[in-house]
Amino acid sequence: MTNNDTSKSVFVAAIFAALAIYPFTGSEFGTDLVTTTMVFAIFALSLELLVGGTGLVCFGQAAFFGIGAYSAVLLSPQYDPGSVAILLPAAVLTAALYALFVGALSLRTKGVYFIMVTLAFAQMAYFVVHDTSLGGGTDGIYMTVKPTLGAIDLGDTQALYWVTYVLLIAVFVFLAVLSRSRFGRALAGIRVNEQRMRATGFSTYPYKLAAFTISGAIAGLGGFLFAVKDGAVNPELMSWHLSGSVLVMIILGGIGHLRGALIGAFAFVLLEELFKSEAIFGEFSKHWHLGLGMTIIASVALLPRGLVGLPGQWGQHLLGRATRRAEDMEVQNAKA
Amino acid sequence: MPKPDSASKVLLRGRDITRRWGGLVALNKVSVELERGSLHAVIGTNGAGKSTLINILSGEFPPSEGQVELLGQDVTDWSQPKRARSGLGRSYQRNTIYPSFSVMENCRLAAQARKPAPWAWWQSAARCEVSTAAAHDAAVRVGLGNALDRTAGLLSHGQKRQLEIAMCLATGPEVLLLDEPLAGMGAEETERMLTLLEQLRPDHAILLVEHDMDAVFRAADRITVMVNGQVIASGSPDFIRNSPEVKTAYLGDH
Repeated sequence: MTNNDTSKSVFVAAIFAALAIYPFTGSEFGTDLVTTTMVFAIFALSLELLVGGTGLVCFGQAAFFGIGAYSAVLLSPQYDPGSVAILLPAAVLTAALYALFVGALSLRTKGVYFIMVTLAFAQMAYFVVHDTSLGGGTDGIYMTVKPTLGAIDLGDTQALYWVTYVLLIAVFVFLAVLSRSRFGRALAGIRVNEQRMRATGFSTYPYKLAAFTISGAIAGLGGFLFAVKDGAVNPELMSWHLSGSVLVMIILGGIGHLRGALIGAFAFVLLEELFKSEAIFGEFSKHWHLGLGMTIIASVALLPRGLVGLPGQWGQHLLGRATRRAEDMEVQNAKA
Repeated sequence: MPKPDSASKVLLRGRDITRRWGGLVALNKVSVELERGSLHAVIGTNGAGKSTLINILSGEFPPSEGQVELLGQDVTDWSQPKRARSGLGRSYQRNTIYPSFSVMENCRLAAQARKPAPWAWWQSAARCEVSTAAAHDAAVRVGLGNALDRTAGLLSHGQKRQLEIAMCLATGPEVLLLDEPLAGMGAEETERMLTLLEQLRPDHAILLVEHDMDAVFRAADRITVMVNGQVIASGSPDFIRNSPEVKTAYLGDH
């Protein structure tokens, strides 16, 4: 393990350690907010597998998140607590099935067409729940009783926090292990040069479809947790706004790194809370979209490699101009 | 150039390959045969159809007409990955290495095609002995044995070309289609590459598309000359050197 790898592992371990301590110090509101953030982190990780891991820019990721969420609510019994052992796999499976279907068709296209086709399929799912009575139409539906896992009641803020925490770690570790495996390396090869992978003997379509389906399943897991936490779902969970937001999360954090998705989700939710805060921005907090948007534009302009690239950029400043020029040349060479 | 002995056998055969792009005929009834133990060079001006020929033989796109046979089987309808898995390796004119990976990782990823095992998601790719051994072997063969841990994007141009060949070798192909492997190489690097081709010749069938005429006439057992998508001459280097058609059409009068 190189020095660099060690510092990355320490950084990730520090994040998870901080999250393990948080519920003992924070308020109920804070714990609730961090739970939401961890759910978005799972969601962002699912997209990172596609965008950063495979080079597929999916602009319809919210569909899988929303389908996971709707499945959780629709499959819950009305008056008794549902079982997590049934609802969670069911939500993940439904999302994965839709991803398999969408992937099978959309992966026949490339580049901007792929982006548009995934968006179209997500909007299709959106209008199905929006315009039919299947999921309560525009109002959405409520999960009246939260599910349980043995003695654990997910209606409890603390319990849900820990379940989400464990699942976030599980997803992170799974994706980290996956990216080092032969499957993960093949996806990386496809990201850089799919043609070369085919000439080498890899049938790339099944690889991409598998990645797309796994990604949809993980997004469905996030959706399940979101539905349980909020106790309600509505069509906005499948809208392109959310697909866009999760894309912004991984761009903000730094594409190509799992920890980028993690940091990006936290940065995004914190920024949103910040600009929504009346205590800080007063009247302007009504226009929080504006503040959030400008901050995102500024950070993308100033941090081309995302927040994970920040230490490297500082390092370059400290090392001075000569080194910076040398490194720029290296980057250019690497692109050639 | 001494011709290898009789056990030679045709491993790849293109039969009357024609490729049309709309009204343009890029290839017109081109036939080639690649035998084990023989290096077959294809020369021709830019736009003669050399790369198109390699693309069709390797399965990047299908021919409009004609047939491709690999190891005695008709593979015209086979996808490129399937042909590659059956022993057909190619290198590209432009570098197609993975710049952010190390030399070893580049070769290992190519070698992984031998034992892809995508379902073993918990197993680190670097632990796969089959692919690491093949990758190491390929890198050493092209002369990159002391650069295994270097980032591919930071190699010199010549080394990148060597890596391109190493990635082709790492899959263990029997047929090699090499698209301008010597392009942009210095004299010393060219020598090393020619030595490598010499070593590969006995147990491979090699197709070499190349602009470096000195190298082609030194290394090739057989030369095919293409002009405007057609073969105008094919034969031994001596035959080609003395062919009047080739002289006027391609080599010029000297």
